Order: sequence, then structure tokens, then C-alpha cells
Amino acid sequence: MNFTRYLGRKALWYIGALFVALMLNFFLPRLIPGNPVDSLVSQLSRGGGSSGEQMKAIYENYMREFGLDKPLWQQFFIYMGQLFQGNLGTSFGQYPASVNGLVANALPWSIAIQLPAILIGWVVGNTIGAIAAFKGGWFDRGAFVSSLFLSSMPYYCLAILLLFGFGVILGVLPVGGAYSFGLSPELSMAFFGDAISYFWLPFWSLVLIFIGGQAVGMRSMAIYELGSDYVNYGRGLGLSDNRIVRYIFRNAMLPQITGLALSIGGLVGGALITELVFSYPGIGTLLFNAISQNDYPVIQAVTLIITLAVLAANFAVEIAYGLIDPRIRAASIGDR
Amino acid sequence: MKAVNFTPRFWVALGLVLFTLLLGLVGPLVVHTDPNAVVGGLYDAPSAQQWLGTDNEGQSVLANLVYGTRTSLIVGLLAGTIATTIGLVIGLVAGFQGGWLDDALMGMTNVALAIPSIVVVILLSIALPSRGSFTLALVIGVTGWPWTARAVRAQATSVRTREHIDVARLSGARWGSILAWDVLPYLLSYVVMAFVLQVAGAILTEAALSMLGLGPSGSVSLGVMLYWALAWGSIRTGAWWAFMPPTLMLTLIAFSLLLLQSSLDEVFNPRLRRGRAARRKKVVGVTEPAVGAPVPIPIESGEDSDVEVGRGVETSSGTHTRGGNG
Repeated sequence: MNFTRYLGRKALWYIGALFVALMLNFFLPRLIPGNPVDSLVSQLSRGGGSSGEQMKAIYENYMREFGLDKPLWQQFFIYMGQLFQGNLGTSFGQYPASVNGLVANALPWSIAIQLPAILIGWVVGNTIGAIAAFKGGWFDRGAFVSSLFLSSMPYYCLAILLLFGFGVILGVLPVGGAYSFGLSPELSMAFFGDAISYFWLPFWSLVLIFIGGQAVGMRSMAIYELGSDYVNYGRGLGLSDNRIVRYIFRNAMLPQITGLALSIGGLVGGALITELVFSYPGIGTLLFNAISQNDYPVIQAVTLIITLAVLAANFAVEIAYGLIDPRIRAASIGDR
Repeated sequence: MKAVNFTPRFWVALGLVLFTLLLGLVGPLVVHTDPNAVVGGLYDAPSAQQWLGTDNEGQSVLANLVYGTRTSLIVGLLAGTIATTIGLVIGLVAGFQGGWLDDALMGMTNVALAIPSIVVVILLSIALPSRGSFTLALVIGVTGWPWTARAVRAQATSVRTREHIDVARLSGARWGSILAWDVLPYLLSYVVMAFVLQVAGAILTEAALSMLGLGPSGSVSLGVMLYWALAWGSIRTGAWWAFMPPTLMLTLIAFSLLLLQSSLDEVFNPRLRRGRAARRKKVVGVTEPAVGAPVPIPIESGEDSDVEVGRGVETSSGTHTRGGNG
């Protein structure tokens, strides 16, 4: 019952944050005087030989289609209404393609390279960090510096280095794209086998950095735990190292679980540049193309999805903490 | 006994940071080539005349690298300063004042934390008609403060309960004076570390924006160099000199700043200095297991672990628990 109240408060908070995000998503692109249709139509007139009458008709159609002929507050409510129906609008740059369709095509590719990298990076990174903290000495020093190096390296720099090293110099892996020419996405072993060979470079450029970041965080937490009172007490009582390590690991894991959920929240938007480097047809490439074409509906849709993913992950963390952290439960009940 | 024990890692990190600063500041004075001048053909290989070759427009890669490093450092330092200042002020006021003001400021901070800053930066960047380096630094700085605010608030909350604050109040010191002279000095270690992280994050954010096509218009930065290298397919054509210098420079900057922050972390948090303790134990020659944790220095508190893993700890757990304590 108290936990339900805790959840209710958290849910209300996140709905408020979502509303702020929606307002940011809507109003920030509209800070510019003028509107995108002006530049869009002027680009068309620059590029083609359409007559003035045709340009005027196109202009009016665009204004109507995107609702830009109404006051801003009306546009906002129309936008919200469309969102609640799950309608993300129509693309400018790839008119008349639906934004929903574009995002639906791109999203699976982003998730395909991010999710395995996050999960594997989490497990391997935590293991390395915990071992380094407990062993100390040169293993600790080497593991720490290399993990720090990997975690500090911008993921797109590692992507570029891997692409050049394995794709161009060694030539053992494809240099870009997600599948070979002539194939179309389908559920078949042939397509999967082909796509997996394009998968390795983006995957490795992400997982190495996740491992590094996770190892650094876990090492710090484990070192703190090693110096805490209950560990010294346990050693004083003569507990074996194995048992003490289990206690340390359990406590050090708590913030790592938070980190995992937040990483999963970054699932959608976490690899924007990596996809660009590898010409991978994910959300990052979609966003890049939208930016270069001033395709505002697609940009807004992508940023909104990224925000929703992060908010959902944060909310999941709050729920998980309420379940696994005794201090939260005690605070809710009022025992503390 | 030295007041501050700098580890060898600190000096290595400091050397690397100074090297990049030197390259950014002094480099343009040594390399006289205009980064926008055409000095050869497209993608000329490195030679005696052009040490790092030319890029997709026949411009000197070395000149672009030097000027690009300077631009990236300017953006990073400016954005880092803005973000740290905003976060510091909000964190100090919230932590020290407590009450409804604390709740309001932390609520705002949590909302800002929950919305990914890359999203806000992208939305702001596409809204701006022109993006100079300073404008971009402002945008990145204005979106980067929440982490610092949370860390500073946690520390300010603990410092608020110290006896010397009570003495200052009884002496009639003003609110602002207490914050500036009695609370802030205790937080300097965290402020320094937060600033270093903010600078590194800002430089990488600028590079990421540039590669998305939202970089500073009309000037060269490391990210802009990478953008053009990718756009013109230099990786796949094997023109490694077009993308390798900015890639390695970005990695060097990020690694050196993070290494510096990590070294400072060991300076300010004695419990992380295990190697030294182990060495001391060997010298003494005792073979029994360590009998006690290192004595924490007075400014530390039990909330250090919250701050140290600040980016991992969930948003409201600390606030909730601390409220229960209060």
C-alpha cells in the first residue's frame, strides 16, 4: 500500500517530465522566425522549373498539411492530439512518406546493434571491475587504465578506427551498410547470415566502450565496499574471502543495476554517430538525413522517441529500486 | 606530511592535458598556413611540404588540426564553465537552504536530468539560424548542468550541518557570505572534478553535433574535420590522414581529461588510494590483514559514495533517503 503510493508519486513525476519534454520538443524548433515551408518551397523553386502558380499551390498545400497557417498554441494542441493517436506526421524531406513508417524501418536496426552491446558490456565490464578491485596490484592498474581509456574514447572515434583497421586495411569485414546489395530485409537464414557479417564492426565499436565504462564504475564501487565497516568486521571474524566477495558484490551491484537500466534507456539514441560512420540504416542515419534536409517532423519524432525511452528507463529504475533497495522501502513506510 | 599526495597518474594526465592546451594555444602561432587556403590537390598524401597532407578541398590537414583543436578547446572550456557555474549555484542554494526551495530546485534538476541533453542540444541547434563556436558552447553549457547540481547539492547538504556553519551564523555572517566562504571551500574538490568532466563532455558533444551536421558554421573544429572526412568517404578510400589526426586528437583529449579527473578523485578521496596503503604495509613488514579502513579526512562524509557513483545512482533515491534521515 505504501509502495503503491510511492509508485503513484513517481508516475506523476514522470508524467510531468514527459509534458516538459513534449513542450521542449514542440517549441524549440519554432524559435526561428519564419517557418520551414518557406525555405522548403524556395529550395524547390531554386531546383526546378515549376511555374509561379504551381509554387503557390504547393506552398498552400504544405501550410495546410503541416498546420502552419494556425496560431502556435493551436498547432501545439493539434500536435498533441496527433501524438495521442500515435501519428507522428508526414516527412518533409521524403514527402509523402509517413514519419511512423520511417521510424519503424530504422528502429530495429538501432536496437539490433545496441541491445547486445549493452547487455554483454554490462556483464563483462562488471566482472572485470570487480576482479580488478579485489586483486589490486598490477592487474588492477592495467585493467583500470585500459578501461578508463576505452570509456573515455568517443565511441565514434573507436568506430572510425575499427572501420579503417578491419574494413579497409585488413579487408575482412564489410565497410558499411547493413546487408548486401540485392537483398531485402526478410526472415530467412540467408539474409540473417549476410546481415550478421555487417553487424560485427558496429557491435564491437560499442561493446568495448560499454565494457570500459562499466568496469571503471564497478571498480570504484567495489573499492569503497572493501574499505567499509562490515567488511573489516567480517575479516575480523575470520570469514573466508569468497563469502566477503559475495557481500561486496551484492552491495556494489546496486548502482550498476541503475546504470544498466539507464543504458537501455539510451538504446534508441545512444549510437547516433556510430550508425553514421558505418552507414547503418538506424535512427542515427535517419536523424542525420533529416537534419541535412531540414525535415522537422522526422527530427521531432526521433528526439521524442529518444526522450520517451530515457524517461521509461528512469521510471523502471525507480520501480526496481523500490523493490530491491531496503532503504527505499523503509523510507516509504516511515521506519527511518 | 604533504598536504596533497599527487600520484604519478596525475602527473601523466596533467602532462597530456597541458600538451593539448599548448597545441591549441600555441599551434596557430607556429603553423602559419590558413586552414581555409588551398595548398594542394585533393587528398594529397603527407609529404615534406605538407606534413599531414591535404583534405577533400586541398586544404592543409595540419593547419585544420591545430585550429580545430583550438576551437574544440574553446567550446569545451566555455561550455564547461557555464555548466559548472549554473550547477554550482543551483546545487549550493538548494543544498544549503533546504526546505521548499530545495524541493523546487531539485525538481527542476531532476526534470532536466530525465530529458536527455543531446535531444535538447539537437533541438536548439536546428532552431538557431547560424551557429558560431560561442553560440554552440552556450547551448551545450546550458544543457549540461544537472549532474553538477546534484553532486554539489549532496555535499552542501552535509556541510550545512557542520559546527563551523553554526559558529558563522552566530557571528552574524550573511547568507551569501556563509555560502561563499564557509560552504564553498569544502566543495572545491567536487567542483574541480565536475568541471573537468564537463569540459570533456562538452568537447565530445560538440564533435557529435558536428558529425550530425550541426557543428559551428564558418569555422573548423575537430568534429567538423570528421564530418567532412566522413562525408567525402575518406575512410573507405583509404585517405587515412584526413580522419586519423582528428580522431586521435579527440581520443587524446577525452582520455587525458578523464585520467586527470580520476587522479584528482584519488587525491580527494583517500579510500581510493589502495596501492599506497599496500605499499606502506609492505614497508612496515606486518603480515596480518588490514585492521581498519583509512581514516577519512574531515571534509568527507558518508554521502561520498552517492557522489562518486552519481551518474549511476537513481534520481530520487538519495533525496528520499536523506529526507527520511532529516
